[in-house]
Amino acid sequence: MSVATQDTAVSTGRITRTFIYLILLLFALFYLLPLYVMGINSVKPLSEITGGNMMSLPNEWTLDPWRSAWSTAQIGVQATGLKPYFLTSILMVVPAVAISTILGAINGYILTKWRFKGDTIIFGLMLFSCFIPFQIVLIPMARVLGMLGLAGSVPGLILVHVVYGLGFSTLYFRNYYAAFPTELVRAAQIDGAGFFRIFWRIMLPVSGPIAVVCVIWQFTNIWNDFLFGASFGGTTQPMTVALNNLVQSSTGVKEYNVHFAAAILAAIPTLIVYIVAGRYFVRGLMAGSVKG
Amino acid sequence: MASASEADFRTRLQDWLPKLVLAPSVAVTLFFVYGFILFTVVLSFTSSKMLPSWDFVGFSNYVRLFSLPHWHVALKNIAIFATLYIVICTAIGLMLAIFLDQKIRGEGVLRPIYLYPMALSFIVTGTAWKWFLDPGIGLEHVMHQWGWESFSFTWIKSNSMAIYTIVIAAVWQSSGFVMAMFLAGLRGIDNEILKAAQIDGASNWQLYRRIVIPLLRPAFLSAFVILAHLAIKSYDLVIALTGGGPGRATEMPATFMYSYTFTRKEMGVGASSAVIMLMTIAAIMIPYLYSELKEKKE
Repeated sequence: MSVATQDTAVSTGRITRTFIYLILLLFALFYLLPLYVMGINSVKPLSEITGGNMMSLPNEWTLDPWRSAWSTAQIGVQATGLKPYFLTSILMVVPAVAISTILGAINGYILTKWRFKGDTIIFGLMLFSCFIPFQIVLIPMARVLGMLGLAGSVPGLILVHVVYGLGFSTLYFRNYYAAFPTELVRAAQIDGAGFFRIFWRIMLPVSGPIAVVCVIWQFTNIWNDFLFGASFGGTTQPMTVALNNLVQSSTGVKEYNVHFAAAILAAIPTLIVYIVAGRYFVRGLMAGSVKG
Repeated sequence: MASASEADFRTRLQDWLPKLVLAPSVAVTLFFVYGFILFTVVLSFTSSKMLPSWDFVGFSNYVRLFSLPHWHVALKNIAIFATLYIVICTAIGLMLAIFLDQKIRGEGVLRPIYLYPMALSFIVTGTAWKWFLDPGIGLEHVMHQWGWESFSFTWIKSNSMAIYTIVIAAVWQSSGFVMAMFLAGLRGIDNEILKAAQIDGASNWQLYRRIVIPLLRPAFLSAFVILAHLAIKSYDLVIALTGGGPGRATEMPATFMYSYTFTRKEMGVGASSAVIMLMTIAAIMIPYLYSELKEKKE
């Protein structure tokens, strides 16, 4: 499903149009407001937030809250800032995205071009796994990670995210490859090309767009995950968990400006992805909802 | 050329190679998804406390679950939250999509503004709204400073109203996405149908009510399914925005499960609440996925 450029044939009067523009602008303000509040208050000294007005521009601009959020803020028991957690998130996200995307591509290829009896059932089982409430797997997962010696480690989190990301990556590639002419694959087979050769030389070269969609989707989901990070992270927590610990901490003065700077830091990677590749981001959302 | 038997071997290899390559993914799914579901279901029939035990107690965890006031609060909250979240997101999404579809100048600027919250985590969303709605520094404080002294907005601190702040933040996060789904649906409608109806003298209102909205049925269905399963899974936003409070006023099934399993060490009860959550989602998702996969086959 793509957002085409064709507009509706419906025409509207002048007053209606003014009304429509007004509503559209009001909603734009609604969506931008929290971002504005976060941004503007992350460059203010704390006294200007507690004593002043959340909506007004800073009298005194400062980057101290950002420095504090990054390297000195108290998170849990240690005053390390978000830096180590940012690193944990990166170390977790990159392999998890890469592995789940590659596996998804191969699975999608098999489920569309090497169909066998029962393949729809297998796909259905993988598809349903995208939608389970993860609470149902928390208890056994905690035990299995413990047994494997992976509890509270980056490899443990990678495993969790690959396992529960597989359904979506398979879904993307399967739906994409389903539209690719199977005759080409059969022709290549007749010419003597094997399973991997066809995947490598015929399927992969046309997979660019869906790979981008899949990578963005997995990246956003895994980066933004909180439940698994909080449950299995132990002391190696990802960004979201660290941000929550920082904001919820009940000791000392609440440094709102630092909290806002930290929230933006946690949001920056996915926001950049959205700004750079928004078109693919939307396509990923669509493909995840409207199963083709 | 290879000999006949070698060619035969190659054909057979090609035959089972795909299944072999697919096997690890299938095994992983069967073990980590379906095996784990089974494990949790079995656990929900045992007297497990801090650690799993294999002492079967029948349905007593479920009986206890439904006798707990916390669970009733969680059920009431999820009903309020899911209903409002789905209805408001759909209404806003549909309205913005229809408005944006009227040859709007600056659509290319507005669309990404509506959608960007979807890229943020619920933890970031919760943090932003938590302080924005905080009476001490947020909206109420701002209004007082602007001279509206009697303005009061303390929902986030109120037992009865806090659940609605979660609705506000969640709608803010997801309504743009629903807009995108409806917009894609609208752009897929054949303009000839609309023109024909216009010639027949239909007003704009009639056009949308009688023709366009019925044609958007698939988009409504997809939006419902996605929003419903997001609502039932909602955990992060509650944690970040209210922490389940004030008191336990914004308890949801997801937070209930977590606190009973890991904080209160009542694993049997926690497992039974997770089973209830799974069954609710399955009741929505399975018919939907089944019909989607079946259509695909034809």
